[in-house]
Amino acid sequence: MTEDPDAPASEPAGASDGARSARYSSTRTPASVALEAARASQPPAPDSEPAVTLESLKVSFGGHVAVRNVTLELPARQVTALVGPSGCGKTTVLRAINRLHDHTGGRVEGTVRLGDIDVYAPDTDPELVRARVGMVFQRPNPFPTMSILDNVTSGLRFNGVRNRALLREAAEAALRHAALWDIVKDRLNQTALRLSGGQQQRLCIARALAIEPDVLLMDEPCSALDPVATAKIEDLIAHLATEVTIVLVTHNMFQAARVSDNAAVFLLDEDRVGELVEVGPTVEIFDSPRHERTKQYVTGHVG
Amino acid sequence: MSRAGDSVAVPAAAGDLDESQAQLGWAARERRRPIIQAAARRTLRRRRLAGKLVQALCVLCAAIGLAPLVALVYYTADRGLPGISLSFLTNAPVPEGVPGGGISTAIAGSAEIVGLALVMAIPVGLLAALFLHERRGRLAAGIRFGADMLTGVPSIVIGIFAYALLVRPLHHFSDLAASFALAVLMLPIMIRADEEAMRTVAMDLWEAGVALGARRSRVARSVVLRGALPGLVTGNLLAVSRGVGETAPLLFTVAAPSFAMTLLIYTDGTQPFPSDQQTAWATALVLLMFVLILSGLARVVAWRLTRRAR
Repeated sequence: MTEDPDAPASEPAGASDGARSARYSSTRTPASVALEAARASQPPAPDSEPAVTLESLKVSFGGHVAVRNVTLELPARQVTALVGPSGCGKTTVLRAINRLHDHTGGRVEGTVRLGDIDVYAPDTDPELVRARVGMVFQRPNPFPTMSILDNVTSGLRFNGVRNRALLREAAEAALRHAALWDIVKDRLNQTALRLSGGQQQRLCIARALAIEPDVLLMDEPCSALDPVATAKIEDLIAHLATEVTIVLVTHNMFQAARVSDNAAVFLLDEDRVGELVEVGPTVEIFDSPRHERTKQYVTGHVG
Repeated sequence: MSRAGDSVAVPAAAGDLDESQAQLGWAARERRRPIIQAAARRTLRRRRLAGKLVQALCVLCAAIGLAPLVALVYYTADRGLPGISLSFLTNAPVPEGVPGGGISTAIAGSAEIVGLALVMAIPVGLLAALFLHERRGRLAAGIRFGADMLTGVPSIVIGIFAYALLVRPLHHFSDLAASFALAVLMLPIMIRADEEAMRTVAMDLWEAGVALGARRSRVARSVVLRGALPGLVTGNLLAVSRGVGETAPLLFTVAAPSFAMTLLIYTDGTQPFPSDQQTAWATALVLLMFVLILSGLARVVAWRLTRRAR
């Protein structure tokens, strides 16, 4: 194994002072400086139109209800954290957004809107929905048989993009966005498995970004990573949120506090079914929760 | 979909790699996004069609794979069923020309030969597999290689081997020799099946057992063998159905054709007399049913054992 060229000792491991206002000043990695310099054009300011809307969402598996009564608006180009203890339906809700339950036998009721698309309408193609939504999983899962470059371009190629120049351009942009370009630019044709765990996860983020998604779903993306790699991913999330709507599942309250704009708290109800208890700006959820159960959870007394 | 007022110079030639600025900005994303989504929409119809085609091909190939089995069972049943009756199963064989008669001796003989072979092969196979599972040395690799080689030995060679070892020196044919031949035949299959079953028990469970202070033998019994049980039962039952159908090892070892179903099929089937051929078909059907039931049983047992383990 080669040593990790990704971890220069002098680099700060990502300050974590809680407030979202620190998003741009928390970490000044060379990559992030280059990124900001490169951002020649700015996206439009966050508008009032939500990127994703969930209405009375209910997901059940073979008669067993996993989560219900989820009504939630995810503001465009902001980070929304889904938080709560294990088994309360956070990941289930996340996977309902890009119709992954189609393949796991989950039954989804209620409405999911992605921009102007009704995700579960009969004439909606799940493939086209997923082509507008990126997803990052708990464990880094680069395709082991593909090179780094092929991993990044896989989503594009799966969706029929053949233009090599476009593939290459999108791959570079995605890798730069994932703060990975300078590390892998000289070994794009090598296997992705030689990268460290954190680098692999960033490769997976680049892979998800390459299709230029409107929404990025992240399912506990740091749970398999060490603190240094976690800090890098969190820094990345903050930067990406200027262009992409991010839904972040995490059971790490501090992570939610560090990187999210909004938080949705899930807890088990009296029937041991997951439900959405409270949603709002992260600062309010943590500083002045409206519900007693939220308060108990965020202060660490329950869950 | 480029937004009005964008002052960024979008490169005319996409892929101008030095122009990372233009690629990274929002405008570049807005330029790429419609191209990508158009490609996705355009290919969707083709992907749908290709998907349907491949699916049809898969169904067709599965049907082709299943067809010989169905045809075989149907044909054997068609030819064999007229010869089947209760007396056929319970009466002893009679000479050609004598009415009545059955294959009771052949059924009993087959059962005895296979049963004895199992008594010999199962313990040896299980312990050998346990050895391969627990020890990863040169010896284990050698044994594994030997087992693989043994799997490839033609069954008639094993028959001659049993003849030379147990029939010639003792001067008479015997079920013992036949059982030995079948045991040798089934052993490598069992070893590999048992080892595979043990390998499905996760390493961390093994470590959990060892970390509790248990001795290796105790972990092997309570964790490895217990967890591998469904696979062990399935693997051994399948080895049995393989052994039941073998003919060649019995040719050199069994005293008379009427003491084993497969031999009876072989000898009666090659006779010119219609009644003998009818006996052969009916025996073939009995044997086939036995093997199919055994395979089904292996499935059911494995399923129930795994379900209870959950």
